[in-house]
Amino acid sequence: MSSNFGMVTTRREEAEGFLQRMVSRGLGWARKYSLFQYPFVTACCGMEYMAISGARYDVARFGAEFPRFSPRQADLLMVVGTINQKQAPILKRVYDQMAEPKWVIAFGVCASSGGFYDNYAVLQGIDRIIPVDVYIPGCPPRPEQVLDGLILLQEKISAQTHKLIDHAPPEMTVDGKRDLLAGGMK
Amino acid sequence: MAKQHDIPVEARPDMLEAKLPTKTMTLNMGPSHPASHGTVRFNIELDGENIVNLDPEIGFLHRGFEKSCENVSWTQCLPYTDRLNYVSALCNNFGFLSAVEKLAQIEIPERAKYIRTLGAELHRICDHLTATGATAMELGGFSVFFYAIEARDLLWDRIAELTGARLTTSFGRIGGVERDLPEGWIQKVKDTLDRVAELRDEVASMLVHNRIFLDRMKGTGVITAEDAVNFGFSGPCLRATGIDWDIRKSQPYWVYDRMDFKVPLGTHGDNFDRFYLRIDEMKESDSIVRQCFEQMQPGPTMIEDWRYALPPKPQVYSTIEGVIGHFKIVMEGIKIPKGECYAYTESPNGELGWYLVSDGSGRPYKVHCRAPGIPLLGGVEHMVKGAILPDLIPTFDTINMIGGEVEQ
Ligand code: SF4
Repeated sequence: MSSNFGMVTTRREEAEGFLQRMVSRGLGWARKYSLFQYPFVTACCGMEYMAISGARYDVARFGAEFPRFSPRQADLLMVVGTINQKQAPILKRVYDQMAEPKWVIAFGVCASSGGFYDNYAVLQGIDRIIPVDVYIPGCPPRPEQVLDGLILLQEKISAQTHKLIDHAPPEMTVDGKRDLLAGGMK
Repeated sequence: MAKQHDIPVEARPDMLEAKLPTKTMTLNMGPSHPASHGTVRFNIELDGENIVNLDPEIGFLHRGFEKSCENVSWTQCLPYTDRLNYVSALCNNFGFLSAVEKLAQIEIPERAKYIRTLGAELHRICDHLTATGATAMELGGFSVFFYAIEARDLLWDRIAELTGARLTTSFGRIGGVERDLPEGWIQKVKDTLDRVAELRDEVASMLVHNRIFLDRMKGTGVITAEDAVNFGFSGPCLRATGIDWDIRKSQPYWVYDRMDFKVPLGTHGDNFDRFYLRIDEMKESDSIVRQCFEQMQPGPTMIEDWRYALPPKPQVYSTIEGVIGHFKIVMEGIKIPKGECYAYTESPNGELGWYLVSDGSGRPYKVHCRAPGIPLLGGVEHMVKGAILPDLIPTFDTINMIGGEVEQ
């Protein structure tokens, strides 16, 4: 809603901008501390995921308390472990089912880049099919690394622009749907 | 039938039953399902709530493990074996190494045998803790899970001190283990085991007095001893049916023949037996580790054959033989004599077998892993057919299928 006339802004627009920034900041603050995660756990990294949700490392301290196992209730998708070619369409579908705003963490090198499974079976990084906000390296990453990744994501969220009502059009195209269906889920 | 006519019409038991014709329904469960860990998809045919048919579909974690091994040297296979049953990497590491050593006909030093035994037992405890904790969690006992994870974290700290990694250890080398125990480690492990024992008992006591837990575990997922054998079960799931088959006892390897331990057995072959057997096995593992500490003598941890072991650094820098030995291992990989072999160890889930073929070059010609999880997964259908859908969850938990080893 910036002015159409370059530098010149009316008072009203300035006031609106100020209000929006405050709202955005408030929403960012609220959202970063109430991340509902969907753990898409496939492989060994899941053991470290268990460790961070355990009492010692306790991811709940950072507001990412409870795993939600329905993508529709989650806003943080944690992709934990190897994603292979057969799993990829399912991951894409889970991501598509999540409501905006949503974020993605690639947990471990397999999710980030395929890891040391550089072969015919494994997807070489989930960013080939879904956008990723934070990559956590490590095979598996230590819990401290994961918490660090989470904090990075929180910083990112608080710096983003948030709106009360988001009118962004849904992303998925018909073509995308067709690809998905062709991908094996019948 | 004649008798039925004697009963007055209004008293016939099926008269009042309002029979609803039902159709069976097909339900897809997984591969990412909240109540099941591991990536497997069940195609379930349901009649009401009863399971008519169940078809497990795997392949969601296929990572090309066996093929990948053919492209690397024998030692470089080790990291791949970590990620088979990733909760007990040491058992896989050492199992694989034992198979290679069998092929190369190497005898490893005594101390290395002890280190292997105690490492494998520590990771067996980790695996059983995870299995128990996850079972409890998926049946709704979330706090139990915390106790189990805390105990596992304590053990992982010790494992990290020994191997440098919490869970993907890649520890051990062909011909022994490459590192001796760290200083003061033995006492630390003993203290840790004390604490783990407390937590383990806490876990057990929270569950075995819990009515809900008992109702869901007892008498569900039953398999008879005969069926278990026919399906090729091994490990805790087989022993829960009452069959005394533990490779550590029947074909002792490393130093298990010098250890004094019992093999816990179940009687019913149901979920509860499988769960409780794991608790009992943890106690035995605990005592095996302590016995190892007692019996261990100082000594080398690696063989001194330079065809298999890297020569010590002073030799590499000062003698030509040392340089050559080092160079050949690093550049060409360890040459395992031509041949094939099958070797097996008792991993936490059962018989972990390795079928290896070597063509005499520095790389495996073929590595095949007999994962204990595949027959177990194959038996799930038999165990839950006719039962209700919620019985599938504890059954799937107690067989403890690990995706990494099932899908090679
Ligand atoms: S990054 Fe490593 S530990 Fe994690 S899933 Fe991949 S292989 Fe397993």
